[in-house]
Amino acid sequence: MNPTLLATQVADSGTKMSAGDAAIVALVGYGVVFLGIVMLMVILYISGSFFKKRDAKLAASKTAETKSTPAVAPAAAKEIPAAPGSAGNIKLNGIADRDAALIMAITAEKLQTPLNELRFISIKEVE
Amino acid sequence: MDILQTLKDLWLDSGFSSFFADGGWKNLIMIGIACVLLYLGIKKQFEPLLLVGIAFGCLLVNLSYFGPESTDALYHPELWTNFLNPDHADYHSYGKILTSGGLLDILYIGVKAGIYPSLIFMGVGAMTDFGPLISNPKSLLLGAAAQMGVFLAFFGAAASGVFTGNQAAAIGIIGGADGPTAIFLTTKLAPELLGPIAIAAYSYMALIPMIQPPLMRLLTTEKERQVKMEQNRVVSKTEKIIFPIIVAMFVILLLPSTAPLVGALMLGNLWRECGVTERLSDTVQNALMNIVTVFLGISVGATTAADSFLNFKTILIIVLGLTAFAFSTVGGLLVGKLMYILTGGKVNPLIGSAGVSAVPMAARVSQTEGQKANPSNFLLMHAMGPNVAGVIGSAIAAGFLLAVFG
Repeated sequence: MNPTLLATQVADSGTKMSAGDAAIVALVGYGVVFLGIVMLMVILYISGSFFKKRDAKLAASKTAETKSTPAVAPAAAKEIPAAPGSAGNIKLNGIADRDAALIMAITAEKLQTPLNELRFISIKEVE
Repeated sequence: MDILQTLKDLWLDSGFSSFFADGGWKNLIMIGIACVLLYLGIKKQFEPLLLVGIAFGCLLVNLSYFGPESTDALYHPELWTNFLNPDHADYHSYGKILTSGGLLDILYIGVKAGIYPSLIFMGVGAMTDFGPLISNPKSLLLGAAAQMGVFLAFFGAAASGVFTGNQAAAIGIIGGADGPTAIFLTTKLAPELLGPIAIAAYSYMALIPMIQPPLMRLLTTEKERQVKMEQNRVVSKTEKIIFPIIVAMFVILLLPSTAPLVGALMLGNLWRECGVTERLSDTVQNALMNIVTVFLGISVGATTAADSFLNFKTILIIVLGLTAFAFSTVGGLLVGKLMYILTGGKVNPLIGSAGVSAVPMAARVSQTEGQKANPSNFLLMHAMGPNVAGVIGSAIAAGFLLAVFG
């Protein structure tokens, strides 16, 4: 161990730079961040549009399948009519029915609005 | 046996006598600062998982290190000084650290080698749902805009003439509101400033609910804050699996210096989303994250030895850090406002402030402010997009600074 070398006596990392150079680095840096992000955004849009098209195709083929086989559907599979005041179907992503019911009740309470006047489209767990 | 001499030796060996030695008062001040940080972490719950560890590390080093003669110290700044000095025999000698260092010196190796920040990023990746970002890629722009504070603080620090380019870059990254990135970059560019920068970064991240709302209200109108945003599309499982692979490939190819952070972040996210590595995802999110947090907090705290911490530069870093945070928030909000105008009022500009990373606290602040303006407003998921985009944005900013100054 060299006792003569204290932390405070160490030369600072790097060299000092002029305000002009710093401004150029800052502008270029901010530009590079935007450039990288915009390019990433374009890639995400391209991949997103591909998946959207694929999902639309899948949905269309499913609809066609159900339309072509209407007579096979058993009577029991008929859609049960919603109860009066029901909000209809809700998509639950990674959340239990009981928790979803609680969330809907709390939301209705917070908004001071009867539950049957609210429409919940989907509930998703945020981790 | 000379009892008096023995007692005198005992006194001289004790830390108490060191307080009366040359510069010993600085340690007393640092012990006071450590106690304040402990209070903030425990009582005020300011980022407690890290701040309590950092504060206790600060306490331990200032109780045991009073200069190079302190052989029993837990952390020896001079060992790391020699480690970084190309003219010294111990230059880049981890062996010397392992044989002569204290407990915190050995734990600090993980910081120095950039291991802890990358592992934390792996955990962050495993905990993050990038769905809101994938469903609305425009929100990436807000994550980029919110890096404005990074570069303004860098410019301010460099132009002040007090700091070198490397130090200014490390100070600027505080504006990224991303603790692991700040630690990673500072360790690489200006390790002598790690203590103040880490403390400033984590303190300001904890203060986001106080720093951001006044700026949000100042820069947005009541009408803008009331905007209810349309629901985003549902993202398929395949998209979520492909996302980390695409981002890792693209960002690492663009800026190879981001590889440790972005690579770890995206690997963690892939483990989460691929559906066949649940055990690994769970371990990274919980056990590993907790273990690394223990090591990271205490070893960062150890870098706050009185000699290197108590100086004018620390005060400047605290001020510049706050400036960086404020301007990053402003950058996000301004682009949020621009989006509001360009989309004909469909985007609530409040989600722009979430672009400063600090997941998920900044998104929660957007949600809270949005709900204050309109109680039926639910901005959380919309704000999560820019929020996770901020993580990618700050990693790119750090990669750029590392490429320029590293």
